[in-house]
Amino acid sequence: MASGVKPRVKVPKTAKAGDTITIKTLISHKMESGQRKDSDGNLIPRSIINRFTADFNGQNVIDVTLEPAISTNPYFQFDANVPETGEFKFTWYDDDGSVYETAKKISVS
Amino acid sequence: MRRTTTIILMSVLMTTAVLAQDSNRLSIDGTAIATEAAAPAHMENVDTIYSGWRFRSRETQALEMDDFDNPAFVFVDQGIDVFDAVDGSEGKACSSCHDDVADFAGLRTTLPRVNDGDLVTMEELVNTCRTERMGAEPWKWSGGKMTAITALIGLQSRGMPINVSIDDDAAPFWEKGKEVYYTRVGQLDMACSSCHEDNYGVMIRADHLSQGQINGFPTYRLKNAKLNSMHARFKGCMKNIRAQPFKEGGEEFKALELYLASRGNGLPVETPSVRN
Repeated sequence: MASGVKPRVKVPKTAKAGDTITIKTLISHKMESGQRKDSDGNLIPRSIINRFTADFNGQNVIDVTLEPAISTNPYFQFDANVPETGEFKFTWYDDDGSVYETAKKISVS
Repeated sequence: MRRTTTIILMSVLMTTAVLAQDSNRLSIDGTAIATEAAAPAHMENVDTIYSGWRFRSRETQALEMDDFDNPAFVFVDQGIDVFDAVDGSEGKACSSCHDDVADFAGLRTTLPRVNDGDLVTMEELVNTCRTERMGAEPWKWSGGKMTAITALIGLQSRGMPINVSIDDDAAPFWEKGKEVYYTRVGQLDMACSSCHEDNYGVMIRADHLSQGQINGFPTYRLKNAKLNSMHARFKGCMKNIRAQPFKEGGEEFKALELYLASRGNGLPVETPSVRN
């Protein structure tokens, strides 16, 4: 259903132990709310990203429920305190069952 | 005495209004890009040319300073996919002939230009490739795929100064563009120059008028959350002054594009920029 979905993530490649880093994520998605009608007056079915999670080394650090009022191309930015070298894994869950994943490594010195 | 003070105060205020930018220095992911330059010699009424970035609010300016925050890059990413996508009867993609999109560095700075007596824009070069080499349908001038590809190609020239030729073959087109720029049209009886030359930096309702530079096109506009082509923007301007817009891709707009590009000669390319 949803086409042209592409996750983008910005995580610093390196950080010092105890540093707070900023992580930016964006996924291109239509976020069809389910409220709109097409030119024939029929309801366009809802098609949104309904959940976003971020894990660090297997441990969940953020878990967000998205609602239909969130606009197109949802963007999340959050700060993280990274204790050790590892990998961030980001996951987006689509209404149609698709799951989009992307991962970024960070080395901590 | 009091009157003199008032006048001085007013002139100070007005100078601030003319240069009403929130920030002076643009750097994108750490790379500095000049947003002003000395006006080219052919401009009689303007000394310094400014990028439209200078006239935007701090928040809008910030969006352009980081490629991740710049929403236009969603479309540039689509452009990368389109560049590699096979289309048409010849079974070719853009990348079948053009190995690396980075080879287009510098192209944006010289367009529009005259090829064999015709003024050609980037949109036309793209569509010529599509119809003649790929056997594919031409794209609409301001369609999503076209703006995505022109943004991707334009991005390769980011930071390079605009340098369109206005002499020799290009001269008649340039003269025509200049005429369009200075001719008053529409119910409000305004020319491009009425706002963008005589009143740049001044508020128009809740917004600052820019110099109408086109160094950042296609531009991501917050008002419609997509990339906007130059000609679509020209149409918007003409509707605002209650005029009947010229056609996208028509002779008038192409000539105007050349003339406007020449008014920005020396200003670095900012494609894809972020504006209101």
